[in-house]
Amino acid sequence: MANIISDETIEYVGILAKLELTGEEKEQAKKDVGRMLDYIDRLKELDTSEEEPMSHVFPVQNVFREDKVTNGDDSENILRNAPLQKDGMFVVPKTFH
Amino acid sequence: MAKEYETVIGLEVHVELATKTKIFCGCSTEFGGKPNSHTCPVCTGMPGALPVLNKKVLEHAVAVGLATNCRITRYCKFDRKNYFYPDNPQNYQISQLYLPICRDGYVEIDMETDLPAGWLPGAERALAGADVRKRIRIHEIHMEEDAGKMLHDEREDCTLVDYNRSGVPLIEIVSEPDMRSAEEVIAWLEKLRLIIRYLGASDCKLQEGSMRADVNLSVREAGTETWGTRTEMKNLNSFHAISRAIENERSRQIDLLESGQAVVQETRRWDDAEGRSYPMRSKEDARDYRYFPDPDLAPVSISDAFLAEIRLRQPEFRTEKMKRYRACYGIPDKDIGLITGSRHMADLFEAAVELGGQPKKVSNWLIGETLRLLREKELDAEDIRFSPENLVKLIALTEKKEINSTVAKEVFETMFEEDIDPEKYVEEQGMKMVSDKEALQRTVEEVMGANPGSVQDYRNGKERAIGFLVGQTMKAMKGKADPVQVNAILKKLL
Repeated sequence: MANIISDETIEYVGILAKLELTGEEKEQAKKDVGRMLDYIDRLKELDTSEEEPMSHVFPVQNVFREDKVTNGDDSENILRNAPLQKDGMFVVPKTFH
Repeated sequence: MAKEYETVIGLEVHVELATKTKIFCGCSTEFGGKPNSHTCPVCTGMPGALPVLNKKVLEHAVAVGLATNCRITRYCKFDRKNYFYPDNPQNYQISQLYLPICRDGYVEIDMETDLPAGWLPGAERALAGADVRKRIRIHEIHMEEDAGKMLHDEREDCTLVDYNRSGVPLIEIVSEPDMRSAEEVIAWLEKLRLIIRYLGASDCKLQEGSMRADVNLSVREAGTETWGTRTEMKNLNSFHAISRAIENERSRQIDLLESGQAVVQETRRWDDAEGRSYPMRSKEDARDYRYFPDPDLAPVSISDAFLAEIRLRQPEFRTEKMKRYRACYGIPDKDIGLITGSRHMADLFEAAVELGGQPKKVSNWLIGETLRLLREKELDAEDIRFSPENLVKLIALTEKKEINSTVAKEVFETMFEEDIDPEKYVEEQGMKMVSDKEALQRTVEEVMGANPGSVQDYRNGKERAIGFLVGQTMKAMKGKADPVQVNAILKKLL
């Protein structure tokens, strides 16, 4: 493995991804991420200097909606996705505001 | 002698666009609905939901860009800004980083005309040696979506989320660090606010959050070229809060530097009640957003025809309007400033003049009684309901002396509330002035007979006594007389 991931890096990536990893999981994640970066390095061997970076697979553009209300009150169904609800709202752990 | 410092300020202004629906779904943007009643799988970030761009959002963004001298990006895309916070159910905000819709614009401010009405020039203006006119550059304008609203449940010690605001369209206008004082900031924001309101792209109300400004501020020793370390100030809900926060942050940074400490680059939250700011927790301030192009949204390609259409729809803006008014209407600059402070009021003014209203008389009603009633009822100029036709009729009634000014104000108040036809109203309510000279003379004689003391006083040279007699006559006529005429008759008889 050419790419060695440091403890600091995996710690930081964990914070960004809101993941709490055990020591064992961290070691595994370091290896996995290292291998992913190795693969990226392999891709980098291709000369893409003449290519436009691609963000979309299909050559479509200008897909628009008209500014018309099409959705009614579907809060009952939407709230079914909430693990917990109260007063018609999603309940989440206390968040500093 | 203390060092002199220069304040360097750049702004990030979020503006909620006036659309009926959200940016990527057909949910209503109406304010104040039952919690989560304007939500769907798209704006609550459900897996597999497909966002589709609201065309009106693009039109508003391009219109604002053209009005602020920006280059319009003819091929633009949306990107995902990744962060975890419960107000953002997708765990990313759809925004624009790589190809924002507008770039490299500017809005010119004129400190003589662009400060909001009633804003007193600050002392710093002389200190900063600021030019009267200045061009403040715009780095970029991008389109993005708003987040949901969080409420704190004290009793259960948890947070409740309402996603009605999630997906409401915003544009973020990012200025270059070209401002040097709170006053320049306020003038620029006011000018920007009026441009956007004239376009009808937003109502731009700071108190209600449809316009929000974050202030990036640093200080440096006067004369130096390098930038100081900047902070970002959030939670500024009024022009006064912005102005106070700027003064406060400027002093805080200077105090740090003077005592040999460094300014820490951080986001701070302004507490207007306490008049001070606090650093926000660094966790909330994680700046690593790992942007990448949103694969769900197709890129936008703007045609010449689309641009031409938006250009054609641009209104005459305030600065041009003020110039034209000066040239055409012969009314004072103060009137012009107040009337053009709202497009609706300016339209009303122009329509009334078109209908034959004398410009200064129309202006007097607008900047006098209209503004007074708007303030009293805490309304916005856009809420004015009376028609130019009725205003012109009311002016004609006073000109023909069919009603006096006190009665006219009374009629106007009703007109302001219900847009009544003043001619009919005056007729129905029997408010017309008695112009019958004989009737008037009879009343004057009666009043004189009933107040011999005042009559004697006047004849003995106490000129003020006539005021009392005019008042008594007006009272006897139930206000329906021309006080000037009453005065003349009294003088003749005395």
